[in-house]
Amino acid sequence: MRNLNRGKKLGAIIIAGLFAIGLSACGTASAETIAKTENQTTTAGQTTTEGQSTTAAAAKKTGTIKGSVAAAGSSALLPLAQAAGEDFMQENPDCTIAVNGGGSGTGLKQVADGSVDIGNSDVFAEEKLDAEVAKGLTDHKVCTVTMAAVVNKSLGVTNLTTQQLTDIFTGKITNWKDAGGPDKEIMLVTRPASSGTRALFKKWAIGGAEEASNAALETDDSGTLLQTIEGNDGAIGYVALPYLIKDNAVMAVAIDGVDATLDNTYNGTYKVWGYEHMYTKGEGSEAAQAYINYMMGDEFAGNIEAMGYGVSSKLSQDAAASHQ
Amino acid sequence: MKDNSVYEKKAKTERIWKGIITACGVMIILLTISIVIFLAVKGTKTFTVFNHSVGEFLFSSEWSPKDAVGQAGGKVGAAVYIYGSLLTCGLSLLIALPFSLAAAIFMTEISPRVGTKVFRPAVEIFVGIPSVVYGWIGLTVLVPFIKRAFHARMGGFSVLAAALVLAVMIFPTITTMAADSIRSVPDLYREAAYGMGSTRFQVIRKVVLPAALPGIVTGVILGLSRAFGEALAVAMVIGKTRAFPKDLLSPTSNLTAAIAADMGNSADGGEANTALWSMALLLLLICMFLILVIHLIAGKEKKNET
Repeated sequence: MRNLNRGKKLGAIIIAGLFAIGLSACGTASAETIAKTENQTTTAGQTTTEGQSTTAAAAKKTGTIKGSVAAAGSSALLPLAQAAGEDFMQENPDCTIAVNGGGSGTGLKQVADGSVDIGNSDVFAEEKLDAEVAKGLTDHKVCTVTMAAVVNKSLGVTNLTTQQLTDIFTGKITNWKDAGGPDKEIMLVTRPASSGTRALFKKWAIGGAEEASNAALETDDSGTLLQTIEGNDGAIGYVALPYLIKDNAVMAVAIDGVDATLDNTYNGTYKVWGYEHMYTKGEGSEAAQAYINYMMGDEFAGNIEAMGYGVSSKLSQDAAASHQ
Repeated sequence: MKDNSVYEKKAKTERIWKGIITACGVMIILLTISIVIFLAVKGTKTFTVFNHSVGEFLFSSEWSPKDAVGQAGGKVGAAVYIYGSLLTCGLSLLIALPFSLAAAIFMTEISPRVGTKVFRPAVEIFVGIPSVVYGWIGLTVLVPFIKRAFHARMGGFSVLAAALVLAVMIFPTITTMAADSIRSVPDLYREAAYGMGSTRFQVIRKVVLPAALPGIVTGVILGLSRAFGEALAVAMVIGKTRAFPKDLLSPTSNLTAAIAADMGNSADGGEANTALWSMALLLLLICMFLILVIHLIAGKEKKNET
C-alpha cells in the first residue's frame, strides 16, 4: 500500500517534470523560429532599400514583407492597431503582427528597452520618459482620436459650454439644473489619473482644471464607463469616438455648440482630440515600418474613419497647428 | 551480491530525486525572496528618492503624484486607499464569519453525512470560481440592486457592494478551515460533555468551539489575506472614488484597485508609479503580518498540546 502510494507520487512528479520540460522545449522552439524570421526580415530588408513608400507599395502588390512585429501599449489604439495588423497579415502572409494593450506607459517603456518593436501611446514620449530615452524613439502619428463628453440619452442635455463642463468636472456644479438640465444630481464617471483619455480631456475640454476625483467614480476602461452611464441617468463621462459608433443608449454632448465629429476635428472647430502615436526605436525594423506605413496609407484610411478614429493627413492647417 | 546492486540502484534514484526536489524547493524560496527584495527596493523609493515621509504616505489623504520621469514634488497620501482596504476587508469578515461558522458547525456536528457528501464539495467549488466571475456578477446584479433598493447616490457602487462580494469570496476559505478544525476535536471531549448532561448546543458552544478556536482563527486570517489581495472583483464594484466613504452606500477606493488602475499607464520610475510600488509593498507587509500571526497561533497550539 505504502509502495503504491509512493509510486503514484513519483508518477505525479515525473508527469509534472515532463510538462515542465515540454513547456521549455516549446519555448525555445518558438524563440528559434522568431529568430529565424527576424533574420529573413533583415535579408528582405537589404534587397528592398529604395525608401519607405516604395517598400510599402511593393508590399501591397506582392506581399513580400516577412518577419514579425510585436506592438504593445495604448488601449485606445488597440482595436485599430489590431485591425490594421490583420489586414496587413492577409496581404503579407509571411509577416506576423502581434498587438497587445498594457497602457501607454508600458508601451513606451517596452519600446525604449527593446522588448517590443512598436510602442503605442496616447501621449508624446517626452511626457512619460526621460528626455534622453525619448530622443532615441521615432514618433509616427498614425491617427487622431477625438474625445467626447457623454451623457445618458434620457437626460436631455445636448450642449454644454466649456465653463459649464469645467464646473461639472471640478465638482462646482453638482445638479443638472445649474447646467440647463433637469433637477437631477450629477454623477461624475471618470478615468484613472494616468489615462491618456483623461489627460486629453483635461487639457482640451476643461482648460487644464483638476477633476474632482473625490466625488467621481473611476473606471479602468471606456466600455465600463459607458455601461455605468447607460445605467444612471444623471451620469456624465468622456470617451473616445470609436467607443460611440455602436452605442446608442449614451449620447455625445456638443461643447460650445460644436458637435464632437471627425469633420469638426479636421476643420479645427472641435478641440478635444489628440494624436495616437506609434513609437519605434530609431527607424524600426523593416516589417514594423511597412506595417506603420500600411496603417497610415490611403488604402487603410477608410477603415480608420469607419472605426471612429481620424486620419492625420486630413487635418486642416488650423487644426494641426493648435495641437503642435 | 545481487541484492546489493539493487539496493545501490535504488539509493541512486533516491539521491537523484532528492536532488531534483531540493532544487525545486530552493527555487521557490529564491523566487519568494527575490520578489520581496524587488518590492522592497521599488517600494521604498517613494521615501528614499522622492523624500516623502512614511507618515504622509500612511496618514495623509492628499494624492497627486507627478506622473512623469524626473519630476517630483507631488502628494502621495494613500490614507484613502488604506482605509478602503481595511474597511472592506473588516466588513466582509463581519458578514462572512457567522455564515462560515454556522456552515462549519452544520457540516461537522449537526449533519456530518450531508456535510461530507454534499455541503463540503459545494463549498469547495466556491473556491474555484474565478474572481472575475464574482466581480462581474457583482457589477451586473449586486450594484444595480443596491442602487434600486437603497437609492444609493453613486449608482450602487459602494463599500457595501465590495464588502458583500469579498464576503462571498472568503466564505469558503473560512468554512473549510473551521470545519477541519472542528472535526479534529477529539470525540472524547464531546462524550465527556454529554456524559455530564450537556445539550448539543452546550457541547458545541462550550466545548467544541473553544477547542477548535485556533483553527478557526487561522481560517479567518487566511480569508482576510485573500480579501486584502483581491483586486479585480473589488475594483469592479467599489467605484474607485478617492474619498473616505461617508456611509456604507458611498463609493471609495482601495489599495489593489488603485494599483491596478494606474500601473500600466503611469510612467515607469516616475513618482506616481513609485508610489504604487509602495502601496504594493504595504500590501505585502500586511499579508506577511497576517501569516506571522497564523504561525504564532500554531506555535501556541503546539505548546498547549505538549
